[in-house]
Amino acid sequence: MKKLHTLLFSATLLMGVAAHAQLRIDIAGVGSNQIPVAVAAFADESIAPQQVSSIIRADLERSGVFKVIDARQSISDKSNIDLAAFKASGADALVVGSVSKLADGRFDVRYRLLDTVKQGELSRMADAVAPRNTRLEAHRIADDVYEKLTGVRGIFATRITYVKQNPAARDYTLVIADADGENEQVAAHGREPIISPSWSPDGTKVAYVSFELRKPVIYVQDLVTGQRHVVANEKGNNSAPAWSPDGSKLALALSKTGNTQVFVVNADGSGMHRVSNSNGIDTEPQFSGDGQSLYFTSDRSGGPQIYKMGVNGGQATRVTFNGNYNISPRISPDGKTLAWISQRNGGFSLYAMDLASGQEQRLADGATEPSFSPNGKYIMYATKGGGRTSLAVVSVDGRIKQNLSTQAGNIREPSWGPFMK
Amino acid sequence: MHNLKSLAFIISTAAVLAACSSPKPLEAPKVEEKPPVAQAPAEDHSHDVRPVETGNVDPLNDPKGVLANRSVYFDFDSYAVRDDGKPVVSNHAGYLTKHTERKVLIQGNTDERGGTEYNLALGQKRAEAVRKAMSALGVSDGQMEAVSLGKEKPKATGHDESAWAENRRADIVYQ
Repeated sequence: MKKLHTLLFSATLLMGVAAHAQLRIDIAGVGSNQIPVAVAAFADESIAPQQVSSIIRADLERSGVFKVIDARQSISDKSNIDLAAFKASGADALVVGSVSKLADGRFDVRYRLLDTVKQGELSRMADAVAPRNTRLEAHRIADDVYEKLTGVRGIFATRITYVKQNPAARDYTLVIADADGENEQVAAHGREPIISPSWSPDGTKVAYVSFELRKPVIYVQDLVTGQRHVVANEKGNNSAPAWSPDGSKLALALSKTGNTQVFVVNADGSGMHRVSNSNGIDTEPQFSGDGQSLYFTSDRSGGPQIYKMGVNGGQATRVTFNGNYNISPRISPDGKTLAWISQRNGGFSLYAMDLASGQEQRLADGATEPSFSPNGKYIMYATKGGGRTSLAVVSVDGRIKQNLSTQAGNIREPSWGPFMK
Repeated sequence: MHNLKSLAFIISTAAVLAACSSPKPLEAPKVEEKPPVAQAPAEDHSHDVRPVETGNVDPLNDPKGVLANRSVYFDFDSYAVRDDGKPVVSNHAGYLTKHTERKVLIQGNTDERGGTEYNLALGQKRAEAVRKAMSALGVSDGQMEAVSLGKEKPKATGHDESAWAENRRADIVYQ
């Protein structure tokens, strides 16, 4: 198995080299009031495996929040810089830095964020990183720029998981990648479908559903050790795992009673108990931000609608009322926004609702399986087009859209990982 | 069964040995001098056929039998066994009540439209409808498990109504 992973990884690397990027990213639409930022090439950055400044530039551009200006020169963090000249070129901020090789083989990556208006320093970082972590360090710098200029924590250094599949070849792969789709790694691979991956809140584990036993069974896999254990293999279906905010429990959908119902279980598989009680389908449970409630999909009123109940069950209240098909509830990290999929006029669209006001907004068409970014600013989803499934990202205000598409095959079932320390 | 086979083997082996121990005379036959009804060589069984009992053919393995049809189809947005699926259910229920050692997995499927998990739950409803129908015909719960493959393993890979109809289906899978 280890060999297979290595082989697959090598194959992926080869494809990656040929195609340059494993996921192609197209950006449509821009945010209003983009912040103009100049990014200079880092001094001596060509000695590192990846070009730090180009990764930062791509991250900032992809966010839609910035108008990225190429500084057209290499500027070290140690240089004396004529900030007034950059201000004159339209940049409100300037990113400069340097890369140097340390005696132990690591790279010393230094960066400064400068304010061209106030003519001062906004931030600086200096980290010694292993060569393979050059890309991650660039994402961390982009996160720092994003946070210092917007006041919101950045998501460039986070990771995503998704399923790559080729049903005709009976080939299913659970992939872990950087949030920009680069740096793909195989977490699980097999000949039966894998669905519904879900990151643990601490980012070390992924829960998912595998069909390798000819039926859906829920596993939790430690990403670092590769060890996994069965969380639920009850009679019937075991699916839709969702973590509690503290990572101690999982909400699940099981059909052991005949119809699909919501259960809660400890993360090690112990203490399984039923929390929903209906004669129809109750599935897709999601914990609320405070862990005290569960949102879920139920057909108790006919077609599927989204409901909310206490974490120990009891009376459920209906949340969605427009349309006859409302599924896949996802709650924003601050607990204020519900994202879900609604079928209206035939197609499946991604909607967001402000839970306090009930105000709805349609964010994207042709969408299923939404997942919030950990800063709550973006939603990733699966979308069909050109006869295959790929991933896309939309900002929660609907203004910025990116398509992430692989060179071949279908990718679906995205889950956005948490902030990492 | 094993004992019976062994016995048959022993008998046939004995017959072969008996034949070998009684070689035919080598001299040329003198037909005209022999009486028309000669004494039969009672010890020569070389032309006898001893039947071996193989047991009955399992109707489950008959590709032309009714049990070869193991799929039950459903209408759009429906989770009730149609009239054309009822014989499939009753045929397999009949077999399972006679063969209580056999177990089946009933796998429900849906067409490709809609969400992954909701489709999984819908496919389960189809599998459960078949399970309940077989239970009503006397199949014990311990012989059946209703599960769903949702939209994950489509039999028909097209994106039109004929493909979708083929995929609104529950399959009876013997274990």
